[in-house]
Amino acid sequence: MSEGNHEGVHRHPAPTGFIRKYIFSLDHKVIGIQYIVLALAAVLVGMIMSLLMRLNLSWPGTSWPILGTLFPGGAPNGVMNPEFYLSLVTMHGTIMVFFVLTTAPQGGFGNYFLPIQIGAEDMAFPLLNMLSFWVTFVGFIVILSAIFLSGAESTVGPIGGWTGYAPLSALGAIAGPGQGMGMNLWIISIAIFCVGSLLGALNFITTLLNMRTKGMSLMRMPLTCWAWFTTAVLALLSFPVLLGGGILLLLDRLAGTSFFIPGGLYVSGVLSGTNPNFPLHTGGSPVVWQHLFWFFGHPEVYIAILPGMGATSHILATFARKPVFGYRAMVFAIFAIGLLGFFVWGHHMFISGMSPYSAIAFSVLTLSIGVPSAVKTFNWLGTLWGGRIRFTTAMLFALGFVSLFVAGGISGLILGQSSLDLAMHDTYIVTGHFHLVMGVASIFGMFSALYFWFPKMFGRFLNESIGKFHFWITFIGVYAIFIPMHIMGIVGMPRRYSQFTEYEFLKGLHPLVVFVSVAAIITILVQFVFYFNVIWSVFKGAKAPDNPWEATTLEWNTSTPPPHDNFAGVLPVVYHGPYEFAVPGAPNDYVMQTDSGVEVTSGNGHNGHRH
Amino acid sequence: MGRALAVIIWILTALSVLLFVSGKWWFPAAITEHGPALDRQFLITIIVVGISFTAAQVGLGWMVWKYRDTGRAGDRGVYTHGSNRLEVIWTVVTAVIFISLGIMGQSVWASLRLHDAPAGSFTVEVVAQQFQWNFHYPGKDNVFGKTDPKLIDDGALNFIGLDESDPSAKDDSVVSSIAIPVGRPVELRLRSKDVIHNIWVPPLRFKQDLVPGMEIKVHFTPTKVGKYELACAELCGQLHFKMKSYMLVLPDEEIKTLQAMPQEQFQARMVELLAQYPLTTN
Repeated sequence: MSEGNHEGVHRHPAPTGFIRKYIFSLDHKVIGIQYIVLALAAVLVGMIMSLLMRLNLSWPGTSWPILGTLFPGGAPNGVMNPEFYLSLVTMHGTIMVFFVLTTAPQGGFGNYFLPIQIGAEDMAFPLLNMLSFWVTFVGFIVILSAIFLSGAESTVGPIGGWTGYAPLSALGAIAGPGQGMGMNLWIISIAIFCVGSLLGALNFITTLLNMRTKGMSLMRMPLTCWAWFTTAVLALLSFPVLLGGGILLLLDRLAGTSFFIPGGLYVSGVLSGTNPNFPLHTGGSPVVWQHLFWFFGHPEVYIAILPGMGATSHILATFARKPVFGYRAMVFAIFAIGLLGFFVWGHHMFISGMSPYSAIAFSVLTLSIGVPSAVKTFNWLGTLWGGRIRFTTAMLFALGFVSLFVAGGISGLILGQSSLDLAMHDTYIVTGHFHLVMGVASIFGMFSALYFWFPKMFGRFLNESIGKFHFWITFIGVYAIFIPMHIMGIVGMPRRYSQFTEYEFLKGLHPLVVFVSVAAIITILVQFVFYFNVIWSVFKGAKAPDNPWEATTLEWNTSTPPPHDNFAGVLPVVYHGPYEFAVPGAPNDYVMQTDSGVEVTSGNGHNGHRH
Repeated sequence: MGRALAVIIWILTALSVLLFVSGKWWFPAAITEHGPALDRQFLITIIVVGISFTAAQVGLGWMVWKYRDTGRAGDRGVYTHGSNRLEVIWTVVTAVIFISLGIMGQSVWASLRLHDAPAGSFTVEVVAQQFQWNFHYPGKDNVFGKTDPKLIDDGALNFIGLDESDPSAKDDSVVSSIAIPVGRPVELRLRSKDVIHNIWVPPLRFKQDLVPGMEIKVHFTPTKVGKYELACAELCGQLHFKMKSYMLVLPDEEIKTLQAMPQEQFQARMVELLAQYPLTTN
């Protein structure tokens, strides 16, 4: 066992009351679980919305009686209205990007494991941490309320996609269904979410920089910590821009300003300034909203996937029983992705009317960001090479992450070229691309993380047999859903169409559309098996020991589940890098970071000279 | 388990590649001068993409096939923290390939976007509004009549706010489908009355937002006579999915005759032409 560092003291005592313990908790572990539960609830809503969308796309005009009963306005006699469909698009995207892909990877797993992995007793600012969750939670309630407060418009929320392009989003009810109260709530929800994320980001950065235990030098940190740290920096720099943009958009809608609304608009038969429903606007620019949105929106893509990359690196090394290949290169690649991620937002806007010269700069920079992404892939393969791979469910999902990250990311080489974007922009190839890479790959990273860390968090394993069934169907399912979308995009199928019935050039794609929907229905059904596994295993899963995976990092040093202050008052001291597997001469095939009795003479973070 | 995963990865990879090379679903034939160059760049890119995708997936499958844990006691993985040489090699190689692709990928864009339409281009003003397209022709005098948002009156069918008191507006036509000449540069002046729309005709290999408050000029040269579907490709509200029109690419003489007609005749002739030409599929 490791030597203790007795300088650590209790920052705050363990609470005893139910409310302070489980609801308004200051404990980063409880807050992490709260974030994960929030994400599990949000992903259920977003997933059911995608199911409804697929039903409508493949079998337009079909009556779904339950839908008619639940939403008599949006689906009269059970047949979905176009505006109902478009509000599903918007809500699905918003809920998934913000309340799933930005909560579970960072707020959830990052919150729970960053302090433990660096040997800290809690986050630097526990109160901020609690606020960050509860602010985010309020944001979620506000976006959900849009479902119920949009009934008058026959929608379940606003119409604008997750990007909410102005002036459609800025004009108010005059611009048609989905532009009334739902749009206000959408903006308010996102603004609240921005505040919550900022509070979290501050906490992550401070904690990582200041609270590492003795011996935990930066280059001894697990790659998960590097990923969470970089993600927090991205969030700190990008969310304020969206917050500012959101406030301006709300002012355009409610206070009659004209940040994004130009003069002389004529909407639904009314000229701006000639009717109380449509006040005078002049001088705004719709393209400015896109710049503000994508200055946030592109880093957001990396906010969603970096933690998944970190978890994948961590879990691949653990179950390949090998050190991470190219640890330093991996750290630099994370930085490079984070940095370049701030200079490529214009690739979403090649055809927005911005300068064609800036398109060229954005395009070449976008192709460059493929380089660190490829470096990561090479190093993951290098980590597996020569390993002794143990195929746990967590490992399967981590391997699935690598496969999906390549499958989804690689089409960025097409979409990033300004010339090709002339044909590809806003078609289904974009939908296929970003769902695979930022959606499904990120989610696979989180599935992997959950199967991996669940025993530490709850003291019980998730059921491995159910887990493997969940993996196989989901892995095949997501390929079947999203690869055909690339083909639809090449044919020219536009995104955000509630039906493909109006165009001859889309009719030939109908078999593919149906195929995708069937694959989606099967894949969605299997996720309920996953939900069952989670709930059942919390209470009935097989009991887990402290270090069930024979892993090396600090979370496996402490008891399962960890005590309130993480290390029972004795902070660990770190002697090794994070991934010392297969060390020659060591008694086991893994050397824990705290193991002072074993000599490790190479790799990052060792005490000897470098070779 | 490792072998099963390897096989599944390889099968998924093979099926994905097959879907692309089968050719069952692909671009419609290009009908613009820049189209073939764009298609060539797409082909080069998708070959690079296909090779990288296949190589990575085959490699991943190989790793999980070969390096599964055999469970032999004392058997350990290779103890290595990486190789700086390999890092340098694969960073440089991918950088060269990706950035070269990125630079090549600018040529079609640059040829279309970095200079104005050539003198003598055939010019049409496109004014989009929620769920409808308006195409404004300058008429015999080849001068667009003035427009003013204050004069827009959808009820009176003055969709673009054409100023009837302007002499150069007298011979203008505003119709709901677009006709352009084959083999001549065409300039579109794109505007929107309300929200952002996007003009999308797949065989043109061309897309551009129509942004309220801006007039965006774009140009291209059609090379094939025919009738093509024209769609909106930027979410513009409730009926976005049926904001549809047609693009007719016609012999130059036909266009000259059209251009000389007054509004009513122009419109009637467009209806005839739309009926006369079958939809060009593929």
